[in-house]
Amino acid sequence: MNELAQQIVSGLATGSIYASMALALVLIYRSMGVINFAQGEMAMFSTYLAWQFAQQGMPLWIAFPLTIAIAFAGAVALERVVVRPVERAAPLTVVILCLGLLITFNGLAGWIWGYTVRTFPSPFPTTPLHIGSAAFSSQDLGIIAVSLLSLGAISLFFGKTKLGLAMRAAALYPESSRVLGVRVGWMLALGWGMAAAVGALSGLMVAPVVLLEPNMMQGILVYAFAAAVLGGIDSPVGAVVGGLALGVGLNLIGAYVPVIGTDLQLTTAFGIIIVILLFRPAGLFGRRTMRRV
Amino acid sequence: MALLEARKLYARYGESDVLHGIDLEVAQGSIVALLGANGSGKTTTLRALTGGVRTSGNVLFDDREIAGLPPEAVARLGIAHVPEGRGTLGSFTVRENLSMGAYTIKDGKRSKARYEKLVGYFPWLVDRREQPAGLLSGGEQQMLAIARALMMEPRVILLDEPSLGLAPIIVKRIFEILRTINREDGVTIVIAEQDAAAALALADTAYVLEVGRVAISGPSADLAGNEQLRKSYLGY
Repeated sequence: MNELAQQIVSGLATGSIYASMALALVLIYRSMGVINFAQGEMAMFSTYLAWQFAQQGMPLWIAFPLTIAIAFAGAVALERVVVRPVERAAPLTVVILCLGLLITFNGLAGWIWGYTVRTFPSPFPTTPLHIGSAAFSSQDLGIIAVSLLSLGAISLFFGKTKLGLAMRAAALYPESSRVLGVRVGWMLALGWGMAAAVGALSGLMVAPVVLLEPNMMQGILVYAFAAAVLGGIDSPVGAVVGGLALGVGLNLIGAYVPVIGTDLQLTTAFGIIIVILLFRPAGLFGRRTMRRV
Repeated sequence: MALLEARKLYARYGESDVLHGIDLEVAQGSIVALLGANGSGKTTTLRALTGGVRTSGNVLFDDREIAGLPPEAVARLGIAHVPEGRGTLGSFTVRENLSMGAYTIKDGKRSKARYEKLVGYFPWLVDRREQPAGLLSGGEQQMLAIARALMMEPRVILLDEPSLGLAPIIVKRIFEILRTINREDGVTIVIAEQDAAAALALADTAYVLEVGRVAISGPSADLAGNEQLRKSYLGY
């Protein structure tokens, strides 16, 4: 029983990283109809910034919020300057641009900080937390708490504030929103900013675990993409549920199905996802679009 | 004095001109009808006035040039446009639709007062507040679109075929409400309509469009009273 609980908690911890990244992907997808393949590298780059600040002696409680703020502002600027010219272009054009950004951020990080794998300071205590006879990693619990808090804040923002409402309207009904006075272009930029902020947060959370290096987010982006598709690519709730389910599922398969073990757990997880998508093509929470022929 | 005015207004989609030099004057506090057959340019005229299509020529609002401004900037000046298809935010609730109407109003108290006033015109809105707007009937969606436009506290509201696809009794109700908001709240109205008889009865002035040009214009009573004009231009 204890072991199962521990496996689930540790699955939830990695799952909440996937969930955050998946949410970042969904935020962009809903407004532009494309996956921002650079999302992971943007998060990685932000994480390097935090590392740099920490190296300069800045305390983490200043360095982390500062990093997230920079990620937000940087992505807003990036959208306005680089993405805006192709906003109305064909999806493939935007995809190419995103791939270009991926390569750029990856190369920039290597150029500035090198490819040495570095340890990254964890904001959480290293001592495990005992609940009953089970011991949970404080790191895992911290990651879960921070992710859930940030996801909750985002859901409140979209559900309860006028600006959040306008961002949703701009994404789903751009033309109708414009006649109501919504600056759709800026809403798009804000969406990029928020996605980058969420991404940076997950980079900061995961870096102590996977260690800091320019390719650290690439595997995570694949998981996040799978989680987003599993949940329904246009559904923020789906992204979170998909991320958590994927994290827990992978962990349980790795721990309890020895035949599969850690080598094939990913393959198995993807196999399950594909089977689910066969029955629910729009994902668990996605909107089914009817197409009349 | 004209609140909204178009001078030699041309509009094009891609390579083809759709409006060929429209002159239009909308007096403060009046109701103006844009009439004409399908494809005569009614929708494009409304879109040209609100920045929804590429234009040349002048659009003056309060004697200020607004041609070339994007739709969101035009809306912020106090020009509400209820577009073709009503612009319903279908997956949003009725309340969220109305709240989006007040997007440009920063003062929450003013929006609340505005909402209370609108409920007087559309009492059914209260019970349907939490329903997705896409589930309302066509008539209700049209009324919601008007209510949402009024949440902007507009000086002028442009309506694109509010009667489209609606039962005559619903159309009658909607037109009565339009008359009320014009008289009591002083909102200027421009209404593009296929239903010429109903629109002429409502409007002070009418413009009849034919393939992107103003074929004839004048006080709506004159148009409605002249059988020959009516038959040749409006077909009834």
